[in-house]
Amino acid sequence: MGTQAGTSPARLKVENTMGLSRKDMLGIRDLSREEIDLILDTAESFKEISNRTIKKVPTLRGKTVITLFFEASTRTRASFEIAAKRLSADTINISASTSSVVKGETLIDTARTLEAMNPDIIVIRHSAAGSAHILAGLLKQSIINAGDGAHEHPTQALLDMLTIREKKGSIEGLKIAIVGDIAHSRVARSNIYGLIKMGAAVVICGPAMMIPRGIERMGVTVCHTMKDALRDADVVMMLRMQFERQEKNLFPSLREYAQNFSLNRDSIKSAKDDVIVMHPGPINRGVEITSEIADGPSSVILEQVTNGVAVRMALLYLLSGGAK
Amino acid sequence: MKLLLKGGRVIDPSQGMDMVTDILLEDGKISRLEKNISLSKTDSGDDLRIIDLEDTIITPGLIDMHTHLREPGFEYKETVRTGAEAAVAGGFTSIACMANTDPVNDTRSVTEFILKQARLAALAQIYPVAAISKGQAGTVLTEFGDLKSAGVVAFSDDGNPVADSGLMRHALEYASAFDMPVISHCEDKGLSSGGLMHEGFVSTQLGLPGIPGIAEDIMVARDIGLARFTKTRLHIAHVSTAGSVQAVREAKAAGVDVTAETAPHYFALTDEALREFSTNFKMYPPLRSAEDVEAIREGLRDGTIDAIASDHAPHSSVEKDVEFVYAANGVIGLETSLSVCLKLVQEGILTIQQLIEKMSVNPARILKIPKGSLAPGRDADITIIDLNRAWTVDAGAFRSKGRNCPFHGWNLTGKAIMTIVGGDVKYEDPGGGSLDF
Repeated sequence: MGTQAGTSPARLKVENTMGLSRKDMLGIRDLSREEIDLILDTAESFKEISNRTIKKVPTLRGKTVITLFFEASTRTRASFEIAAKRLSADTINISASTSSVVKGETLIDTARTLEAMNPDIIVIRHSAAGSAHILAGLLKQSIINAGDGAHEHPTQALLDMLTIREKKGSIEGLKIAIVGDIAHSRVARSNIYGLIKMGAAVVICGPAMMIPRGIERMGVTVCHTMKDALRDADVVMMLRMQFERQEKNLFPSLREYAQNFSLNRDSIKSAKDDVIVMHPGPINRGVEITSEIADGPSSVILEQVTNGVAVRMALLYLLSGGAK
Repeated sequence: MKLLLKGGRVIDPSQGMDMVTDILLEDGKISRLEKNISLSKTDSGDDLRIIDLEDTIITPGLIDMHTHLREPGFEYKETVRTGAEAAVAGGFTSIACMANTDPVNDTRSVTEFILKQARLAALAQIYPVAAISKGQAGTVLTEFGDLKSAGVVAFSDDGNPVADSGLMRHALEYASAFDMPVISHCEDKGLSSGGLMHEGFVSTQLGLPGIPGIAEDIMVARDIGLARFTKTRLHIAHVSTAGSVQAVREAKAAGVDVTAETAPHYFALTDEALREFSTNFKMYPPLRSAEDVEAIREGLRDGTIDAIASDHAPHSSVEKDVEFVYAANGVIGLETSLSVCLKLVQEGILTIQQLIEKMSVNPARILKIPKGSLAPGRDADITIIDLNRAWTVDAGAFRSKGRNCPFHGWNLTGKAIMTIVGGDVKYEDPGGGSLDF
């Protein structure tokens, strides 16, 4: 039996925090190492709530959280909604199957309409990079970026960092390989910002046409073979191959991809014995990762999902002002 | 009507002139250019206005050889009249307007319509540029001869590159027979399509698809090759890359008849301006890297780049207040161009004489229009500049219908305070107090 539903997070480890001194969470690029630590510490203390029988605390009672999704999503959206509900916030989901432009109403009009209903936090996912910035500049509400185009996906990077920290004790000094279509990946960008701030050595790997120009300046090492990328890696982060999003003729075939860039029982051998395998999901079994590895002992893929709820609870809490 | 401009510093690179002198304008022409012209109202009846222009610069009227006036077809973005109002407010007495209207300016009737609107507005001189290909579709040439006789001054599919090298060859050859320039929008679509900003470190960080500099360089190289092969005249529009500057420099040294223009945003801003995803920094070609900006400045300094044109491209908020990916390309510039260009003088990159060459004398030469000179007998098109006027750019106060200005909020020094077209004052800066003597 867990503790009582009325337990306040203020009694937990983050007793003295005042929340984040920022209105919005748009990207990891904007965050300091101290802010990342604060979010991860807070998330860690929230994890326990999800294991209770009554998985609810009154922390955000009376607050309204809108999730505004212009792009299909299962896990991120469910995760935000569960996180908000466990903190007793009211949640409203708005999804647009097509872009706002196609629908006829502009993103700005949609945002102003929602603003007029006085929510406290708006979580937005959009296929266009910069969409969260547009809302943040216009609205008084806190905006959480749940993924904007290929730009950033900060909550994914935070939950990844929480998972790595739990498994490895610290991120500092680890060798972390990120493999796949880096050019089109917001997960890669947010993780590169975060992991480097936290002191990891980050290696990226993928077909040459999926490595964006100048990425070395973000502090990463670029490799073009799995063997080089995974050598002595503590963590391997596989990205979903998003063939459906790519322009034509970018890559020859799935078969060619799988033969060269798949994480399988052979390619994983270059990594350290205690390597952990991560994936933001949804996975393409047999493309970027074999089932054997995805379901194997090194995989922490489902723990990432669990940590996603905790990280999002922490963010909703901290952006609402923390322990006032 | 006579106008006597007294005591200004007259800078006219077309005559190698830089001196304090008076100018008398009569019947729309420059009549006399002498020190201390003394005329009194009683000598001339009421038909004389005397303007004291001490501490100002008097130059041949500025010419913006690359604008988009949006009429016909997109009158909600700009009309010939509002564009011309913006032009004279920015110190331009003549502007050339590109052909990507709806319908495209690919026939005499569209050209005549634009010229009629220009006559009705009676502000700046408007010089239409006709399309190279019908509908700017890149397949069939327009009727160059008929369009020339209708009044166009150049041919360009600006907004679209001419992808077919054979068609571009024929355009250069055929235009040359009419002694008309072809203005090339240099873009290799195979490299640029889908791109939203300059491809480099910033685009990588922002996750926006890139437009590499090489997409421009390759087309500049192709067109220079075609101009060399056909021994014809080529003008490169809106140069934005170091590679293009170098290619034009080498081509000029090799004797190819090529000229080039750039726009103020390509030497005043870099791709770093995109960090907040503001669509007022989205245009084609895109804002480039600091290295490209440096090369553009050097190209302006050493004469590789002949002209500065605004590429004034007004859009409404419907097209700009949207997600970055959906926003239309283009920024306005008529009302900021001169002041932003004066920064080049303030920074010692150009002399004021060189700047006037690039904003008046050279555009007139490239387009072969009888402008860009204050020699007696020429049209009385004159720009009067106060180099010390400090002002803050307020996009909300523009005459243009466009608000998509990348320089909003900038503090600038130097401004056109009076614009005279055909001997008539078409613009007087309201902030300048009474200019009357």
